[in-house]
Amino acid sequence: MDYSPLLISLKVSITATFITFLIGIYVAYLVTKLNKFKGLIDGVLTLPLVLPPTVVGFFLLVSLGKNSIVGKYLALYDKSVVFSLTAAVVASTVVSLPLMYRTTRGAFEQLDRDIIHVAKTLGLSEHKIFLKIMLPNSFPSIMAGTVLAFARALGEFGATIMVAGNIPGKTQTMSVAVYTAVQAGNRHLAYKWVLVMAVISFVAMIIMNRFDKNQFAKVRKAVS
Amino acid sequence: MLYIDIKKQLGDFTLDIRIETNKETLALFGASGCGKTVTLKCIAGIEKPDEGEIVLGDKTLFSSKKKINLPPQKRNVGLLFQSYALFPNMTLEENIAVSIPKNCPNKDKIIKEKIKEFSLEGLENNYPHELSGGQQQRTALARMLVNEPEILMLDEPFSALDEHLRWKLEQKLIDTLHNYGKTALYVSHNKDEVYRIADKIAIYNHGKIQSIGDKQEIFNRPGNVDAAKLIGCNNISKARKIGRNRIYAIDWGLELESEEMVQDDLKYIGIYGSNLDISNGMVPENTFPMKIINRIENPFSSTLVLRHERGVDTSYKSHIYLEINSKKSPDEIYLDEPVYVHFKKEKLLLLY
Repeated sequence: MDYSPLLISLKVSITATFITFLIGIYVAYLVTKLNKFKGLIDGVLTLPLVLPPTVVGFFLLVSLGKNSIVGKYLALYDKSVVFSLTAAVVASTVVSLPLMYRTTRGAFEQLDRDIIHVAKTLGLSEHKIFLKIMLPNSFPSIMAGTVLAFARALGEFGATIMVAGNIPGKTQTMSVAVYTAVQAGNRHLAYKWVLVMAVISFVAMIIMNRFDKNQFAKVRKAVS
Repeated sequence: MLYIDIKKQLGDFTLDIRIETNKETLALFGASGCGKTVTLKCIAGIEKPDEGEIVLGDKTLFSSKKKINLPPQKRNVGLLFQSYALFPNMTLEENIAVSIPKNCPNKDKIIKEKIKEFSLEGLENNYPHELSGGQQQRTALARMLVNEPEILMLDEPFSALDEHLRWKLEQKLIDTLHNYGKTALYVSHNKDEVYRIADKIAIYNHGKIQSIGDKQEIFNRPGNVDAAKLIGCNNISKARKIGRNRIYAIDWGLELESEEMVQDDLKYIGIYGSNLDISNGMVPENTFPMKIINRIENPFSSTLVLRHERGVDTSYKSHIYLEINSKKSPDEIYLDEPVYVHFKKEKLLLLY
């Protein structure tokens, strides 16, 4: 059996989760600080969650394709994003970002305002408040958001197939491999990939519940 | 020295206040939602006034004219919240230590001192949720004092505590404020607490300061009906002037003599329930025959509900509440019996 879809899937989803983790937290922090345009920016960031994945994929294809600004720029160096592993990562990042962003923003906004206020009067810099107070007290939610984002990135199909295609050994992820196997009438292979993905998803779910319940019960109790 | 003169629109009313205070404890006293907490937040820099000026010592914290608005971090103020707002992810010691700069040479010493001063030894490694309400409050106080703020601001620090804890902590707080010797603002809506803790009182009403002065002055001469209600005057009647020192109390149906000269625009008259006496009727002045309608038992006193015997108005407005010490209370007080009640003329509160 060819294991490349598993490796590609893991590569893509782990990279995408990592990028989403950083951008998601940072953007969530910025949006909670905004006064103007909050709704607009929130809407833009949430859009990939509500749009059909194929539509997201189409937009990505248009904005990264050969005739786009990005595409033309990369063509100067003889490079192209579409139908590459990078495209798969971009697609997974874009669709998983709203999950990370929204969960984190929710956690930031649920923090007791007085705690932030008191930190300011104590002279703590904004940077220190973010690192030492906002992040640790939102940790369970951030972890839950990360796991959700990972699961979404792993299962990504629509946008990926639009922008990264279905090239075995190069851009064919597990989700796409299931589809291809079913199309080819290879039920046996489809079952295998389905099983692998189900196991990974279950593990992710268990990890998420762990973060939710045990380890950080202490902090959660104090926050509430 | 604190000087504050600000305006800020708050929902359906405007906060419009001017306070000047120096090295004393000033209580901001008033009903909930009248702008007391917002005042503290404006001084701390958490909320921005629409216009005005805030000066602390020789530093201008905010000035709409000079376009100054220092961030909270640069204001050097101490703020204690009702909820104490301890950082839940940090131990007691970390909570106190977090605001001390890393390069401060006496860091450990300062932390130890504060922990000792507030009797928190042995709890250093406990998280806030493992501390009792009183311990949490002391931790928050210690944390606030670490950086020696120019002003201490306390927002209802006792409202989250049980009655029996309050008393002890209040004594500790009075000591702390006294020893610290800088300006302190104390927000509360409990009149007894305010009287025990503050030197001066500012009475808030719908975003305005209705009266400000020494606490005895405020309690003895509240000046207007809202202030009188806030400080716990339970006998208030509509009134009008009928002579240089004479008043007609409309709701009670009584003609009273006052020691103080009555101004023409008198609107109400009030008297504390404890300044009324049951008398034998021998003092003719300000003494009236009354009927006892009800007797309400409090833990250590009773309240008699009275009405002028010949009064026509029988609604609750005509009721007069007289407080008597239970131990002294004569047993021969029976409901519906007539008694003579004396209104001390020097204790009448003239309200405008």
